[in-house]
Amino acid sequence: MKLLTHNMLTSHVKGVTKGYPLLIKATEVKVNDVDFNPQFVCRMIPKLEWSALVEAADLLGHRQDLPSELVPDYEKNEDFLKKVHRALLEVEVIEGCLQCPESGREFPISRGIPNMLLNEDEV
Amino acid sequence: MKLKELESCLQQVDTFEEPKILLEQYPTSPHIAACMLYTIHNTFDDIEGKLVADLGCGCGVLSIGAAMLDASMCVGFDVDHDALEIFRRNAEEFDIFNVDLVQCDLCHLQEEKYAKKFDTIIMNPPFGTKHNQGVDMKFLRVALTMANTAVYSLHKTSTRQHIQKKAEDWGVKMEVVAELRYDLPASYKFHKKKSVDIQVDFLRFSQA
Repeated sequence: MKLLTHNMLTSHVKGVTKGYPLLIKATEVKVNDVDFNPQFVCRMIPKLEWSALVEAADLLGHRQDLPSELVPDYEKNEDFLKKVHRALLEVEVIEGCLQCPESGREFPISRGIPNMLLNEDEV
Repeated sequence: MKLKELESCLQQVDTFEEPKILLEQYPTSPHIAACMLYTIHNTFDDIEGKLVADLGCGCGVLSIGAAMLDASMCVGFDVDHDALEIFRRNAEEFDIFNVDLVQCDLCHLQEEKYAKKFDTIIMNPPFGTKHNQGVDMKFLRVALTMANTAVYSLHKTSTRQHIQKKAEDWGVKMEVVAELRYDLPASYKFHKKKSVDIQVDFLRFSQA
């Protein structure tokens, strides 16, 4: 699971009103090279929950001094875009789980795939 | 990349070991997948540099093809763990790192966090013929909320008018990109013939 995907995942266990962001508990993290496309990263940034990305990257030890508040004029800051690229697309959680911030329900991540399926009584 | 090259690469993608009837796990043939992706890429420029989602991705033939055509990232969603495991192995064998996988039930998905996040949605949804009538339209509804630009999908030609009407109700534009013959090999015991051809529409949906 990459952090770009994590940025969109929500817990929707029955009764939960604020199932976002999911807390990452990782036991194995990997970094894979992905081609850097600055235009793509620029387009993604306004769509992100920035604080959720920074917190997640921080937790995994890959924050690379990304600021808590998004900096203006990032479009021309290649160094910054490369760091965002790394956090979004290259860092991957291989084993661990995602925890719902409200209910505490854990969603396992195994071989890089988060399992967001709910039991019948949770729907 | 040429169409033939793409198709021959996609022939290396492993597919379902034991297809599950309830999930209508018919594989998308390498030929159909390559034609779809090639058109999406060349005619509409909706793959290269885009964030793509593949709904009901199964073993990942469409996602892997999209990744080969330089999608910036393709996220595959499927309910079935076994299919995703094959997808993961496929991606590994092709050394593809611009894909990501999520196991979830799209019928229970709350879309708001995904709303308009993806540029392009590609999918070969269940046709909704066996025990799950209407599932194709559920997939389409979810896909339309997730897409910022366009949704590409395969549907039985016999349902075209119904889908056209729904598209109008939802205020989206639908165009028939191509009419295909889907060669369905006999995957299950209840299939009496060796294979059947069904007429399938390759549809593109976009904001009207």
